[in-house]
Amino acid sequence: MGVALTRLAQWTAAGYGTGTLEITPLNEILLKEIIIFVEHFIYDHPQEAKFVFVEPLEWKTDLEPSAFESGYIVSKTTVNSEEIDKNGQPLLFLSVPQIKVRSFKQLSQLVFIAKDTKLKEAQACIEANRDPVVKILGSDYSTVTEDSSTSSILHEITNGDDPENETKMKIAILLKQLDLHLLSYTLRHISLQIRLNPEPVKKDIELLKSFSGKGEWTVLESIDYTSDYEFSNGCRAPPWRQIHGEMCYVLVKPHDVETLCLTCSTEGVFLNGGKADDEGKIDYERKGEVYKDLVTLLKDKSAVFSENMSKQETRFNEEQQKNQTEDVPKKEETYAVHKTISGSDKSKLRKNQINFGKNQMARRLEPSLNWRTTVDFKDRKAPVKDSQEEKHGGKPEKTRTSISPGRAQLHRKSVDKVEEIISESSSESEEDEELPDHRQEANTDLPSEYWQIQKLVKYLKGGNQTATVIVLCSMRDFNLAQETCQLAIRDVGGLEVLINLLDTDEVKCKIGSLKILKEISHNPQIQRNIVDLGGLPIMVNILDSPYKSLKCLAAETIANVAKFKRARQVVRQYGGITKLVSLLDCAQNSIEPAQSSLYETRDVEVARCGALALWSCSKSYSNKEAIRKAGGIPLLARLLKTSHEDMLIPVVGTLQECASEENYRAAIKAERIIENLVKNLNSENEQLQEHCAMAIYQCAEDEETRDLVRLHGGLKPLATLLNNTDNKELLAAVTGAIWKCSISKENVIKFREYKAIETLVGLLTDQPEEVLVNVVGALGECCQDHENRVIVRKCGGIQPLVNLLVGINQALLVNVTKAVGACAVEPESMVIIDRLDGVRLLWSLLKNPHPDVKASAAWALCPCIQNAKDAGEMVRSFVGGLELVVNLLKSDNKEVLSSVCAAITNIAKDQENLAVITDHGVVPLLSKLANTNNDKLRRHLAEAISRCCMWGRNRVAFGEHKAVAPLVRYLKSSDTNVHRATAQALYQLSEDPDNCITMHENAAVKLLLDMVGSPDQELQEAAAGCISNIRRLALATEKAKYN
Amino acid sequence: MNRKKLQKLTDALTKNCKHFNKFEVNCLIKLFYNLVGEAVERPGVAVGLDRNAFRNILHMTFGMTDDMIMDRVFRGFDKDNDGTISVTEWVHGLSLFLRGSLEEKMKYCFEVFDLNGDGFISKEEMFHMLKNSLLKQPSEEDPDEGIKDLVEITLKKMDHDHDGKLSFTDYEKAVREEALLLEAFGPCLPDPKSQMEFEAQVFKDPNDLHENVNS
Repeated sequence: MGVALTRLAQWTAAGYGTGTLEITPLNEILLKEIIIFVEHFIYDHPQEAKFVFVEPLEWKTDLEPSAFESGYIVSKTTVNSEEIDKNGQPLLFLSVPQIKVRSFKQLSQLVFIAKDTKLKEAQACIEANRDPVVKILGSDYSTVTEDSSTSSILHEITNGDDPENETKMKIAILLKQLDLHLLSYTLRHISLQIRLNPEPVKKDIELLKSFSGKGEWTVLESIDYTSDYEFSNGCRAPPWRQIHGEMCYVLVKPHDVETLCLTCSTEGVFLNGGKADDEGKIDYERKGEVYKDLVTLLKDKSAVFSENMSKQETRFNEEQQKNQTEDVPKKEETYAVHKTISGSDKSKLRKNQINFGKNQMARRLEPSLNWRTTVDFKDRKAPVKDSQEEKHGGKPEKTRTSISPGRAQLHRKSVDKVEEIISESSSESEEDEELPDHRQEANTDLPSEYWQIQKLVKYLKGGNQTATVIVLCSMRDFNLAQETCQLAIRDVGGLEVLINLLDTDEVKCKIGSLKILKEISHNPQIQRNIVDLGGLPIMVNILDSPYKSLKCLAAETIANVAKFKRARQVVRQYGGITKLVSLLDCAQNSIEPAQSSLYETRDVEVARCGALALWSCSKSYSNKEAIRKAGGIPLLARLLKTSHEDMLIPVVGTLQECASEENYRAAIKAERIIENLVKNLNSENEQLQEHCAMAIYQCAEDEETRDLVRLHGGLKPLATLLNNTDNKELLAAVTGAIWKCSISKENVIKFREYKAIETLVGLLTDQPEEVLVNVVGALGECCQDHENRVIVRKCGGIQPLVNLLVGINQALLVNVTKAVGACAVEPESMVIIDRLDGVRLLWSLLKNPHPDVKASAAWALCPCIQNAKDAGEMVRSFVGGLELVVNLLKSDNKEVLSSVCAAITNIAKDQENLAVITDHGVVPLLSKLANTNNDKLRRHLAEAISRCCMWGRNRVAFGEHKAVAPLVRYLKSSDTNVHRATAQALYQLSEDPDNCITMHENAAVKLLLDMVGSPDQELQEAAAGCISNIRRLALATEKAKYN
Repeated sequence: MNRKKLQKLTDALTKNCKHFNKFEVNCLIKLFYNLVGEAVERPGVAVGLDRNAFRNILHMTFGMTDDMIMDRVFRGFDKDNDGTISVTEWVHGLSLFLRGSLEEKMKYCFEVFDLNGDGFISKEEMFHMLKNSLLKQPSEEDPDEGIKDLVEITLKKMDHDHDGKLSFTDYEKAVREEALLLEAFGPCLPDPKSQMEFEAQVFKDPNDLHENVNS
């Protein structure tokens, strides 16, 4: 009983003494079983029922004394049983509300008396007596020392003939049986109901994730783990929590309720105490009922979730069904385990429990892999799993999309692809960390192709040229796009032979071999195998071959293999880049061959294959350099003039990859490539358009390039392409290009002409993040313009922008804050932002861990404070907001500091707020920053200081904190803005005589005199005011001297 | 041979040969007579390369090794079946060898492979041509099993009408799909490397030629 109670019963609080048993189905079952045991005790074991407990079981009862009848001496507030022990003490004693019971007989009777409330009584009894066994039998039988208890019992048996001991023994055994019974009973109960393990939980979460996001059709806004780290057992909870069966914690944001912090444990899913904001600690305490799984819980908590779930039902059901089919064997197993439990001792039981978990895992592994491919697009290793799927199901990839045609899927897929492109283009990508190797295990359902291919490879090894050619041709009849065949070729040693053939003089064999390698090298594993077998250097050599078709094939195969870093490196090391670049040159001296032959092909084709290979290679930084050094850019520029899409895509693709480098952007400008990129934006081919837009996006960081795009008429096609919202990759690239182009004012004017602003506003909702980042970025740039701000407001763009402030994507947040800030310049827009609580959202972004977001949010706050009605009151309404801002002055990021100084300047316009930030120590913090060479920071810092001087003795305090001398030095800066701000600050500071002295000592007068001559009026005034203050002090001193 | 006669022969052959220009024909004729040797020039007797001499050339110049295929190539050249290759046959044969279109080459190759000339490449013929193409594995019980298998593989690949033998239509279709199958049953055309070497050697610069002629 002890074990069952301590282990299985669901106590509300960990730790003894204070706990109360909750009314959960599980506990109810436990209690019922205990009651049945007690009720039957008197009949089953009349002898033992008389045994007097070592200590009474004592608890508060709700029973009235009047309920007791015969066999009891009843008074108004007390009840004594007639039965007494050796010392004349009653075995049952009730003194309202305390009750003491000292034998099973009395317990049985009590249960009988209690009738309807027996459950409650039992609960109260168990609650009050956490270790009933000890009380009944004495501390020897404590369940805490359960391992030794058996031996100590045995010990007593051998030693004592005491009849009392014998009864004790019997009771002990009986209790132990009860304990086991309870354990197995509850286990059965639990396993019937729920028994989660990390795998299904993970799947549930991932499935839900794929249906989450913005938009009405999603089931949730977001669902995320609290921890990114996953232990090898699939759990994410820290080990000390895993002991409690907890697997992971999830933050779920449904559409209609606050964020829920959930614990997924083996017993089910429940709400926990939530995540503390500052330290990221989770309050593990259970706060609500235990649900059998995530979906059930969420359905209960969120109406929108359950509604949208039913919409998604068809699809979800499909997934769930698969889940369920997996569950069936699990249940069977649980039953199997039960059989072994009965009659076994505890250690064995526990062992079984462990095995039971493992079996489950093992069983799940196989099907789950298949299953996950349909959901898990995020996974980089997806191709491998696809292949797994194919291996098992023998179905081509098409099935995958047909299973899940949901809009969400398409969405995610495209997003991930874009993400990959973006991330890869910048530098060496990380994708290549070695893939797990899937060797086909011998004799496990090998498809017939496997044996056929094995035979062919045998002939390949032992055949002369004629046989080899026949075999190679025959091999091509297999579906080489299918992973089964790809891996079969490798697993029977075919790759080695194919690569060896490349090293022979037999051109026909080389061609045949490359034709196969070209196909199978689409497989990431094969790519790695080819590199490991040293295939790349040979192929690079073939690029020198006099036979053009051979060159083409080699280049195409290289294009496939060079999908990962190590391969690209090998290509470069063996001089492949130079050779590939020279392939591009082929198209130049093109005398088309009179007739097609096996060995000849068109020069354009050679150039195309070269470009294809360079495209793959250009994903590595060093290769980009190598291509440039080999003179690739002019050649690419020349090829760009053709009109063949086949050619243009790899060429533009390469340029787009390379445009991440400064050198390239300059060269692209110099080679007049922009013109052709713009031209191809008008192409019919979406892929080509996408790459062109992407290349423009990369290049348009440069102002001149932005102008070129405009001059060549590229803005109109970009604006037009915005309407193609189905192709998300294209949309991301186009919006990116628009964003960068709109940094130039002239371009913004054009975009307005083309009604692009309106379209962009329309794209603020229902788009993947990659698109959103760019759209918002573009709007942020456009809104620097008054007219556009009006357009954005009129199109209802402010609401979606403010809504985006709650996101988590850093790039997006930086852009959104900038855009909102830009809109806030317009008082009318500001009203809307304020109404939508946008300022509060901006303010809370100051807590974002990423400095760029912080800075951007702080910048955005400036116009908000400037333009908000009753700004001072608004700022004060943010509890802790001012302290937060002041503390940001401790940052070491210059941009954050500048922006926060600017924000403080605005905040300090309100006297009351200025008083508050003074209390928070703004003066010493600002003073500390004074020694800086950053002109931007200097300007905003000086402005903030001049504002903060307006309160109390802050002027003096700045002097005390030695801010004055560094400020004087600012006057030597070359930036007029710095001069103006500094002169104003000095003017304010000069109201304090000590500061005047410091200024004078630091030769401020001479510098200020120069400033008086500045054309800037404000600067003039401030400088003059400062000088007059200094002068006045000097006069006063002189006067004092003479008096 | 005097120059006039040579001139006349060259003109005649150039007219009938679409792949070579006059200069190239000239070079080939000269080469032919070099190979045949001046002495053979006797009226009444057909001047030409006999089987052995021709096989020798195929072997030395074009790197062919398979005796049977070389015999077949000889027959392909020897249009009139008189056992020798005349200068006309030489130039025409080389025209196909070096410059033939795919159609011409397919026709020629098919004839080479159709050993009995019945218009089909039968299983037996294939077996015959492929019998040395696999390394004999001592472990195998039936040493010919691999070859038979190879024949089946070839049929599967090329026998589109499934009649167990290759008609020219089958063959042509297969080759158009996969040019590698042109010489499916053994190399009967010069490999590109030796072809280039041959051309470089025979079609020397016209200036050099003049010197030779004048000397």
